[in-house]
Amino acid sequence: MLQATAHLTGRFTLALRRASRVIGAALALWAGAAAAGPPERVVSINLCTDQLAMMLAGPGQLVSISRISHDPNMSVMLEQALSYPINHGQAEEVFRLNPDLVLAGQFTSPYTVALLRQLGVNVVTLPVVNTLDAIPDAILQVGLLLGQQDNANALVSEFRAGLAQLRTQRDTRPRAALHYANNYTTGANSLAHDILNAAGFANIAAEEGISGGGHLALERLVMLMPDLVISGQPYPGASRAEEVLTHPAMTALRDQHAAQALSDADWVCGTPAVLRAIAQLSQLHEGG
Amino acid sequence: MARGLGAGLVGMVMALFAVSLLVGPAGLPPLQALTALVRGDALAETLVMREIRLPRAMLAVLVGAALGLAGAAMQGYLRNPLAEPGLIGVSGSAALGAVLALQTGLAAVHILALPFAALAGAVLAVLLILALAGPRGGSITLILAGIAVSALAGALTSLVLNLSPNPFAASEIVFWMMGSLADRSMTHVILAAPFIVAGALVLLALGRSFDALTLGEDAAASMGVSLVRVRVMLVLGVASMVGAATAVAGAIGFVGLVVPHILRPLVGARPSALLPASALGGAVLVLMADIAVRVILPTRDLKLGVLTALVGAPLFLHLIYKTRAQGL
Repeated sequence: MLQATAHLTGRFTLALRRASRVIGAALALWAGAAAAGPPERVVSINLCTDQLAMMLAGPGQLVSISRISHDPNMSVMLEQALSYPINHGQAEEVFRLNPDLVLAGQFTSPYTVALLRQLGVNVVTLPVVNTLDAIPDAILQVGLLLGQQDNANALVSEFRAGLAQLRTQRDTRPRAALHYANNYTTGANSLAHDILNAAGFANIAAEEGISGGGHLALERLVMLMPDLVISGQPYPGASRAEEVLTHPAMTALRDQHAAQALSDADWVCGTPAVLRAIAQLSQLHEGG
Repeated sequence: MARGLGAGLVGMVMALFAVSLLVGPAGLPPLQALTALVRGDALAETLVMREIRLPRAMLAVLVGAALGLAGAAMQGYLRNPLAEPGLIGVSGSAALGAVLALQTGLAAVHILALPFAALAGAVLAVLLILALAGPRGGSITLILAGIAVSALAGALTSLVLNLSPNPFAASEIVFWMMGSLADRSMTHVILAAPFIVAGALVLLALGRSFDALTLGEDAAASMGVSLVRVRVMLVLGVASMVGAATAVAGAIGFVGLVVPHILRPLVGARPSALLPASALGGAVLVLMADIAVRVILPTRDLKLGVLTALVGAPLFLHLIYKTRAQGL
């Protein structure tokens, strides 16, 4: 529209008229959605939106969750998840469920999301939660989408209270290293980093200047001599990528110097489940 | 001259081995690194030197020697300069065997299951190739059969990894196709070394027979060379070396093709002299590639096969160009 003003006035009015039409259409859509009330058939195709949806949805509102939620290694709410039918995140099967809202993640296949939208399905992609502070926002957003604001508000205050209780001041800050398959680690601006900090640990990867995800060579990791090594949990089936977790150098480091912990499903998603991870780490802090 | 070449290659292997021990992201000063390696007093430095860098350098020598020697032996036997373990699908099939052992859990049952499975894959590939394009088959048949076997082994490896319940399995495909020595440990050295040494002894013993074979099969047979024995020993030797190398380092291409090519003129084109020279040359090339991997992009775990192909392919093109210029 700025461009339009720089040009002819006639063009300006045209642009204005077009803009008002767009706004009008949007308003009508919004009004229609509001009038239709909360969605009745919600399908989630992402592990993390699965969890938030299961926590917040009303009875019968959530129709299907993603396959990964039935995986005991990844799912924090396995028991509850087993009572929902699963989908495999493919556009065709999701469409057949006839959903009026599909919850997807930021990194859900863009082809699937685009195809579903083309078929007229309302797909909302939720951003990945990278900080503890963003968890209440995520809860509130899903609550709003599902029309379950009261549930969401209650969950948020419960989460905030739990977090405040765990975040106590400590005199020492032992150094911890997150060590996943392929020497992957996460530094500042990651959920795992926040979990470490909340439990009173410093993150070695952040010291090394890693922001978000990154690789920390095994040699570097050993040289940094962390006080605590948090390893990625082993998955079924074999992979060469995971061999570094049991590399003799890491085993020796854990045996002779560092305490160890596993990063499990509680670490994966920005949901109130992270409180369990923080509580577990805090115990290590006090124990060491 | 051959003796001078041998001494030179041994010297290069030793020098590169030392460099390989001194290069790494930990940024240890050389003196401190060597003290830690020998004396082992500080925990961090000792772990880095003894558990991370030493096995890596040892594997580079073992794997390089295996690929170079196996390549020279294949070329000597088939009298075809295009033969190479990777090109004719032996590495790919060994990788398939190793992946099957890993994914079926067989590798966890017994420590020798992994190298044996890789070995079995390599034996099958060599037998298949020899059946399809034995010494009487032309080079075209050999290469076509090799491409078919490689493609099949690669596809099956990818299929097995795609079906794995492990979230990292799909990215492993790159490792099995390209190879890497990153973060290998002494366990891998102990696993691979006996097979590689045994295979090397078998192949080196074939030198005289390859010399005789340069005169043609009939002439060699009249000189008392048992073609059946040579064939069986070649299959076992190549499979043992390449199978073990692939089981621990993935499939690393081009070494077995390029190294004998470079060294052939230097040893007077005598297969028996080319075999040990190619073993040393292979060790030199893989050591260099593995050092380059760590120097060029230290944080990215660049795959070894990328480097050997990047170095090997232009060299190969140059050789082809030279051969053409000579009107051969």
